[in-house]
Amino acid sequence: MRIFDPHIHMTSRTTDDYGRMAAAGVRAVVEPAFWLGQPRTNPGSFTDYFDSLVGWEPFRAAQFGIRHFATIALNPKEANDPRCRPVLELIPRYLDKDSVVAVGEIGYDAMTPEEDEAFSVQLALAVEYELPALVHTPHRDKAQGVKRTLDVVRESGISSGRVVVDHLNEVTVGEVHDTGCWMGFSIYPDTKMSPPRMVEILRAHGLERVLVNSAADWGKSDPLLTRRTGEAMLEAGFSEDDVDRVLWRNPVEFYGQSGRLDLSETADTGPLFEGSSILRGGS
Amino acid sequence: MEQNAWLTDAVARVGDSPRAIVRLFAAAGRHYRPAEEARIRLLHALPAEAVPYWIDDLYRHGDSNEKLAVLRALPDLPLDVEAVPLLHDALRTNDTRLIGAALGPYARHLDQHAWRHAVLKCVFVGVPLEEVDNLDQRADRELAVMVSALRAEREAAGRRLPADAYRLLERIP
Ligand SMILES: [Zn+2]
Repeated sequence: MRIFDPHIHMTSRTTDDYGRMAAAGVRAVVEPAFWLGQPRTNPGSFTDYFDSLVGWEPFRAAQFGIRHFATIALNPKEANDPRCRPVLELIPRYLDKDSVVAVGEIGYDAMTPEEDEAFSVQLALAVEYELPALVHTPHRDKAQGVKRTLDVVRESGISSGRVVVDHLNEVTVGEVHDTGCWMGFSIYPDTKMSPPRMVEILRAHGLERVLVNSAADWGKSDPLLTRRTGEAMLEAGFSEDDVDRVLWRNPVEFYGQSGRLDLSETADTGPLFEGSSILRGGS
Repeated sequence: MEQNAWLTDAVARVGDSPRAIVRLFAAAGRHYRPAEEARIRLLHALPAEAVPYWIDDLYRHGDSNEKLAVLRALPDLPLDVEAVPLLHDALRTNDTRLIGAALGPYARHLDQHAWRHAVLKCVFVGVPLEEVDNLDQRADRELAVMVSALRAEREAAGRRLPADAYRLLERIP
């Protein structure tokens, strides 16, 4: 089983986790920029963090044969702190980096006017830098949050196929499915989504435009829940090819839209990768 | 656009306006392979008086591959000691590629204390000593003492130094 975790915060994980992930079949990860638990108080804190996402963290991952990519953004929670907002001016330079494959996590936390503005400004950056967007949905008041998220995405003019709306559940999946956006599911030990529930969602909505991630971070989470979901799919009668589609080809297809998903140093990337490689022509 | 044409155009743009290097340098690998070759050509396209400013800017804002390209370009760029702080930065990391790249010919500007510690760090983290420029000429008694002390610690723990470190000790008079 080859696994591409499309959303995991490796900065908060140990080097032993990389070893366990590699042993479980994880060969590529995307680490979205997000909140660190302790609120930041100035833009410099962000640049050091972003630098580690395009510097130290890919180096650490490579020791285990794992390719590490990142998404960069000012997250919605800290978009509310006026001391942090100047980081918006520093973000564009990161969006040119080879290993940055999307703008994210953007979206809503408490649905404030400040979040509105940071969200739409950063969706515009995604369009300008020709990157997909990774959109976080709030854990409180989720149904309302998803509705408003989809409105803002529509108004931004970004193509829906270049947006993943993440942390969905049984209640919110249908609405996102109808928009043409990609659907992200974070599999957690207790809350949000479990492997058996994920299998039911795949049965009901199909495999298309679905991304399954562990979203593992500093909270109670487990970087191997992608693998557990693949196993649950097989037990439920899905084929090996179905599992490969959800856990590998789908994230390759989504982030491949960046034109920067270089998986050439990853073992067994398979034929499907070829079409979404790097070195696109033009410019 | 074919990759040589892209690079020719990019080099001309940097010659006209050094600031153009910001985006071209970051995106080079998506238009030209090997990326590092393109990045080094772009650095050489900078007007000489602009080199100290831009190598500092590009290194500090660079991802690991951009930092590597800057470090590897240093010996052939019109520079005096201006880029020494970049070597210190690279040597503070634990990224073996950056440490090795910091010890090329431009490391002649490192003082002997910093240089010895950098070589010792190579032995410690396993950077091949062949990456250290001018090693045999510069290695001195004090470096031999430091490497021997590390050897004693390692061997007391039942471990060994990399083979090239033993060979270095034999060569230091
Ligand atoms: Zn997250």
